Amino acid sequence: MEKNNRKGTVLFSKYTRGEGIKKVLSISREDVLFELRESKLKGRGGAGFPTATKWTIVAAAKSDQKYIICNADEGEPGTFKDRVLLLEYPELVFDGMVIAGYTIGATKGIVYLRGEYEYMLKSLEDYLEQMRKDNLLGKNIIGKKGFEFDIEIRLGSGAYVCGEETALIESLEGNRGEARNRPPYPVNTGFMGKPTVVNNVETLASVPHIIAKGGTWFQKHGTDKSTGSKLFSVSGDCGKPGVYELPWGTKISELLKIVGAENTKAVQVGGASGTCIPKSQFERTLAYEDAATGGSIMIFNESRNMLHILKNFMEFFVEESCGQCTPCRIGNTKLLEGVEMIERGEFTFNYVNQLKELGRTMQVASKCGLGQSSPNSFISILENFKDEIFFQNGNGGTHGK
Amino acid sequence: MESKGDLRAPVSQTPLVVEKPKDTSAIGGMVSIEINEKKVSVPLGTTILEACRQNGITIPTLCHHDDLCVAGVCRVCVVEVEGMRTLQASCAFPITNPLKIKTSSPMVRKARRNIIDLLLSEHYGECYSCFRNGKCELQSLAKEYGVDNYTFGHVTEPKYDVDKSSYSVVRDMSKCVLCKRCVRTCIDLQEVGVLEAIDRGDKTHIGTFLEKPLADVICINCGQCINRCPTGALRANDPSDEIWAAIDDPTKHVVIQTAPSPRAAIGEEFGLGAGHSMTRELNTALKRIGFDKVFDTNFTADLTIIEEGTELIIRLYKALVQKENVALPQFTSCSPGWVKFIEHYYPEYLDNMSSAKSPQQMFGALIKTFYAQKAGVEPKDIVSVAVMPCSAKKFECNRPEMYDSGYKDVDYGLTTRELARMIKEAGINLPEMPKSDFDSPFGEASGAGLIFGATGGVMEAAIRSVVEFVLGKKVEDIFEKANIIPLRGFDGIKYMEIPIGDKVGPVPDLIKHLVPNWDWLKGAVLKIAVAHGTANAKKIMDDIKAGGKFSECHFIEFMACPGGCLGGGGQPIPTTPEIRKKRAEAIYAEDESLELRKSHDNPNVVRIYEEFLTEGPCSHLSHELLHTHYTKRGRYIA
Ligand SMILES: Cc1cc2nc3c(=O)[nH]c(=O)nc-3n(C[C@H](O)[C@H](O)[C@H](O)COP(=O)(O)O)c2cc1C
Ligand code: SF4
Ligand code: SF4
Ligand code: SF4
Ligand code: SF4
Ligand code: FES
Repeated sequence: MEKNNRKGTVLFSKYTRGEGIKKVLSISREDVLFELRESKLKGRGGAGFPTATKWTIVAAAKSDQKYIICNADEGEPGTFKDRVLLLEYPELVFDGMVIAGYTIGATKGIVYLRGEYEYMLKSLEDYLEQMRKDNLLGKNIIGKKGFEFDIEIRLGSGAYVCGEETALIESLEGNRGEARNRPPYPVNTGFMGKPTVVNNVETLASVPHIIAKGGTWFQKHGTDKSTGSKLFSVSGDCGKPGVYELPWGTKISELLKIVGAENTKAVQVGGASGTCIPKSQFERTLAYEDAATGGSIMIFNESRNMLHILKNFMEFFVEESCGQCTPCRIGNTKLLEGVEMIERGEFTFNYVNQLKELGRTMQVASKCGLGQSSPNSFISILENFKDEIFFQNGNGGTHGK
Repeated sequence: MESKGDLRAPVSQTPLVVEKPKDTSAIGGMVSIEINEKKVSVPLGTTILEACRQNGITIPTLCHHDDLCVAGVCRVCVVEVEGMRTLQASCAFPITNPLKIKTSSPMVRKARRNIIDLLLSEHYGECYSCFRNGKCELQSLAKEYGVDNYTFGHVTEPKYDVDKSSYSVVRDMSKCVLCKRCVRTCIDLQEVGVLEAIDRGDKTHIGTFLEKPLADVICINCGQCINRCPTGALRANDPSDEIWAAIDDPTKHVVIQTAPSPRAAIGEEFGLGAGHSMTRELNTALKRIGFDKVFDTNFTADLTIIEEGTELIIRLYKALVQKENVALPQFTSCSPGWVKFIEHYYPEYLDNMSSAKSPQQMFGALIKTFYAQKAGVEPKDIVSVAVMPCSAKKFECNRPEMYDSGYKDVDYGLTTRELARMIKEAGINLPEMPKSDFDSPFGEASGAGLIFGATGGVMEAAIRSVVEFVLGKKVEDIFEKANIIPLRGFDGIKYMEIPIGDKVGPVPDLIKHLVPNWDWLKGAVLKIAVAHGTANAKKIMDDIKAGGKFSECHFIEFMACPGGCLGGGGQPIPTTPEIRKKRAEAIYAEDESLELRKSHDNPNVVRIYEEFLTEGPCSHLSHELLHTHYTKRGRYIA
């Protein structure tokens, strides 16, 4: 697998396969957890949960079997950074899993690979096979007596919701991909009812660096609350779309400059379930504490019609809702219908407000993150671009008063 | 030909167990919480919903059902928990640490109202033309939350065709709110699993395997899904129009038999609490509606005991004395849901099934033969109706083998709910009816037949007779008041051993031609078991397959429905463990109030063997009319 000669301060910094594993096997589990806590690493899959906390709970759990699952479902529209990591930096992801296995006491790791990434299955399998040959997987890993760990890759089912960790586990267990009730959480009752860590590809890929270079080193990058760097999948209206490693805390305007975006009207941060940021807010920073994102950055220039963009997002959710809970299953349909009404100019502001209220209900009452975040773009686009949507395109017309 | 192979059930619906910490002693097993600023203490692991109910706070629910595992999908039960960003589904949230809960904050009320409005926007149905009108959980939610307009619009076209293929269950998915209670019922309670959620997003719907009509999948017709559906999306296939037409046709002689469970429950349809038997009031009401004769199914329940008991004795005699290879344990066959279950899932065990028909079908065969002769009516002019607690009885009476009288033995199976509607339609308030008796020639029946309605009842009735037959002493001398308590109650599986000892009685005349004496039973231990709900039946069957303890049983009672017939799929809605318990109490109380409590003491039964089935039980004629055979269906349906 060819490295694209990528540049970056943390993830894309120098790392040799096995480096983190060797180091970790010479220190105690407590030390690993300490480094992790020091690093303040937070989950890169979207929710931003502190990784050390997650690992500590599972490490402390008493169970005959535990699991580490690498979430490589990468289904959020506009995200393709996990693909880059898997294709070009598999050593980071897999070493991260081995380190996790050692720390939490799991003997098995599973990669839940997005169905569309089937094409990389063969090369990843080969890579794992080589790791086995080199005793980086298997029994008594590089001579560490009693440490056994192996990794299996499973192909996902193609549904967006299967990226949600409990739906992912259901899917792995052979069931319909539907989110579970929480509590209990996967850290207590996860895959096959056993304590399970589910981490994003990028989260796991950060771990070997932290082990090799130290939590304090990691923490120096980024902001106080968002440490380290982030891979951004940049798409849309810009000169140089692609995957960029930038420190947390980078301003949106800075990013736009780096990727060669001009005449930008809006930036959708966090994919379809994220928020849409207008020009007036481009000085905001990309960070958990400000404009948070799992990595997706979509850039829209002045020629774009925001209502059409919103419609695309809502169509996505209407289709991708798993359909089990009421707010999300029917709510998204109603929001999409609302967008279509606005498109036709057949709406009242009263009803639009009612739909925003509905959106807020969906955010708090849906069963999983999909329904809880699907109204974000509806609310943010209608609020941040109301002039364009209701008055400039003539949609407001005679009806929207 | 399609098969689901071993993936019988849509496994996605396997219950999620709400984890309760095992050792709670450290904190006395209790957690202090605050509900609406009131401090209360609840056992660890209690759900928020349970905690609220225990403290007199009502929380609306839709997908929750006391009989079923947690789903947490409708979201109408959401509450606010301090410190949590989102609202929590109270039915799905186990309390493991101190919480502050608000059950009716503005955010909660707004969310619930929005959710109900969403459900209504997609719900195609008009209450006035719906059988659940007045008894629908969606309707009452709308009422409770003051819905007076369709905020998010309303569908004007049905989304799905109504599936009327099944004799038993009609599916109108345009009224479905996707609570999945039916799915969970079919899988968890019944372990059948023909219903599942299909597709996703706005196309999500409840469907059958490969979207086939219900008649073409391995549904056992138990109707348990109907009883747990909160809306009118599932209902039984209602023959009342045809029955009205027969009543109104002067050339037809319309007779009706009533089973014990409907009588114990029909009062609920008239505003009475659970547990009021309406047997004699019902006799009067049925006459007023226009039925020509009203018979008591318990009569053929008594007959079933004689036939099935004799069959058991024959099997035991063959096995123990004649050393023949006969199938044991013998399984009861009066629950048509169970019959279809075993035909699909354990066809290799059909030889274990008693060949005796169910009481409904025995009666059907006798009405169009024995009764027709006696009453001087042409069998072709008789329309025979059976009021049953059961939707599977509708399928049963339509089985091609149920024409032993030369006609369709039972023309219509009518559920308790459907009969209640007919009675209301006739302007009759059942509880106010004067009491009257059943019609001759069958007349009254025994309490043994009556308790067929509760799980364990068939076995208890059989034991009352078998004990007296074999031991030659009164059953009251062994079991106080002839109540065989170990066979009662709602444990999923019950097991009992009855040692015969070395004192046996004389063989009664009725079966003297079959066994010379009881000496061969001396010292034996009769092993019996009872299961209700096909999930429990499955446990026993799997144990038998594995050669476990139940394979050594002699006789096992199986009922498809949880609680037995009193919890049948045709019974008044709602059904809860509490309601089923009350119905059982009503049945056992009525039994105890009767003089006649043993099937073999029923003078009308004795008479029918003297006058009609003169060669005795399990004889040629009885086999022709009162016994049947089964079909190996397997898990594949063409
Ligand atoms: C609808 C939905 C889709 C998701 N898809 C992904 C995904 O594709 N990849 C991912 O890593 N996390 C995804 N998540 C987040 C996961 O549920 C989970 O939080 C994450 O895998 C945890 O890993 P982390 O702590 O390393 O971020 C998704 C969440 C939701 C609600
Ligand atoms: S929020 Fe949407 S995706 Fe999540 S459980 Fe509910 S219906 Fe399924
Ligand atoms: S299911 Fe309920 S709400 Fe719907 S039409 Fe029937 S009674 Fe009315
Ligand atoms: S009638 Fe019984 S077997 Fe058939 S779908 Fe309903 S619950 Fe399942
Ligand atoms: S058919 Fe009834 S029980 Fe089944 S999901 Fe629909 S509303 Fe619920
Ligand atoms: S009753 Fe709790 S989610 Fe439906």
